[in-house]
Amino acid sequence: MSETIEARGLTKRYGDTVAVDGLTFTVEPGRVTGFLGPNGAGKSTTMRLVLGLDAPSAGDVTVAGQRYADLPRPLQTVGALLDARAVHPGRSAANHLLALAQTVGLGRKRVDEVLGLVGLESVAGRRAGTFSLGMSQRLGIAAALLGDPGVLMFDEPVNGLDPEGIRWIRSLMRDLAAEGRTVLVSSHLMSEMGLTAQHLLVLGRGRLLADMGIDEFLHRHGTESVHVRAGESDRLARVLRRAGAHLDTDGDDLLVERLTATEVGKLAAAEGIALSELTTRRGSLEDVFMTLTGDAVEYGVSA
Amino acid sequence: MNILRSEWTKFASLRSTWLTAAVTILLGVGVGILAASGTAREYGDLSSVERAAWDPTAESLTSIIVGQLAIGVLGVLVITAEYATGSIQPSLLAVPRRGRLLAAKAVVFAAAAVLLGQLIGFTSFLAGQAVFAGQDVPHATLGQPDVLRGVIGGGLYLAALGLLGLGLGTLFRSTAGAIGTLVALTLLVRSLAQALPQAWADWMNTYWPTTAGEKIVTVVPVDGALAPWAGFGVLCGFVAVVGAAGYLVLRGRDA
Repeated sequence: MSETIEARGLTKRYGDTVAVDGLTFTVEPGRVTGFLGPNGAGKSTTMRLVLGLDAPSAGDVTVAGQRYADLPRPLQTVGALLDARAVHPGRSAANHLLALAQTVGLGRKRVDEVLGLVGLESVAGRRAGTFSLGMSQRLGIAAALLGDPGVLMFDEPVNGLDPEGIRWIRSLMRDLAAEGRTVLVSSHLMSEMGLTAQHLLVLGRGRLLADMGIDEFLHRHGTESVHVRAGESDRLARVLRRAGAHLDTDGDDLLVERLTATEVGKLAAAEGIALSELTTRRGSLEDVFMTLTGDAVEYGVSA
Repeated sequence: MNILRSEWTKFASLRSTWLTAAVTILLGVGVGILAASGTAREYGDLSSVERAAWDPTAESLTSIIVGQLAIGVLGVLVITAEYATGSIQPSLLAVPRRGRLLAAKAVVFAAAAVLLGQLIGFTSFLAGQAVFAGQDVPHATLGQPDVLRGVIGGGLYLAALGLLGLGLGTLFRSTAGAIGTLVALTLLVRSLAQALPQAWADWMNTYWPTTAGEKIVTVVPVDGALAPWAGFGVLCGFVAVVGAAGYLVLRGRDA
């Protein structure tokens, strides 16, 4: 069975405000799909609609072919982490997970397994209210993994984590996708997506701005430049300009657009100019993201 | 069955559950005994008409007036604590069919509330009768006609009030709103009713759900009141209506 998430014309209105505006997309298994957009773009609302917490104003969305509320064993189909703090602070981590596990007939054994997976076994008996944000984040991930589901959704999972925790989450998500699962991860940080996602859904003001592989996304929206450094930088600059390059110079450093690193290297070699550095610079993901969503930021600062 | 087990884990794994239960027992039984010894002292001053209406079973079960608020709060918290802490969200992800979630909560809590109610009912009755006997005031035994019904009924009344709390909590989603309404329904409206024109006050004294429901503990019939089970039926009907309204809100509104 293909465990995809499919939205068709998904819309959510609050009064006059349109939070999610006619989204149509499919999240495929076997890769990490990044759900990207500035704060307030409608990412969390979309996730709540997928999970049946909120009802759409129009359109519909299915997981593994069914509405979430119709799934016979929801936790064994979809695991989700929306808000790590959404735990009763007076309940121990183990009992919180046990109550969830029992809804699909799982018991203490599976609870202990997932606590081990996220590295919380030593604090299983501690009340969740005493947890740091990072520990709560791990507890939320443990809850998502309880039913060993084929679809996983994480809303801003690296928030509040230390570098070690962030690295752990990134590799966890990639591993889950590599096992053939459908993984949807939201973030407002483009750089984060660049490190984990293979596919992107970009959202701005509730609308879908892009639905494509991350390489294609960069190719289409990004700028590529070449950083080159040479002792004879003036001569090199003349050669490159003649070849049609657009240049930015800063002392011996040249930033070259419209030529590839290979072309720059060949031209320099032909002219006998020694290079001390030659690197390709991809336009920063952040820049690309800002350009694309610039018009779609709800509370932007006007310059 | 799975969902029931899950709800029991949630209910039993909180320290606040046991604390509130303990407070309910202490408050109910303690105040019940105090009230019993108070009325026993006044017995000597009663007229013969008032003595004819002396109902030792009901007099020993005033604990339910106090206990109803504590158990009602326990019922409210079963659901509002989930909204207050946000844990309603993982709960609904695990059990997206909201009617099932609410039904499981109601069944688990009803079982606990019936047990708690019986514990309070029987303890108050036995302690109260011992107080009456000690002061040479007519007292009742469980073997007398209708007395067992009165005592068990007292516990059932408490369980019904607990479920009323659960219904109000589901309806309001906020602890303060639900508890405020609970207090208004059980105590305030009743006091205010006495200020109404006589005909309205009489109607309220007969049919107001909690007033009618309380009659389940009476062994000596009260003038103008509904029969014990009829009165309790009115209360149960009211609890069912509030519960149904709560269900509609839970089903229809975004979580």
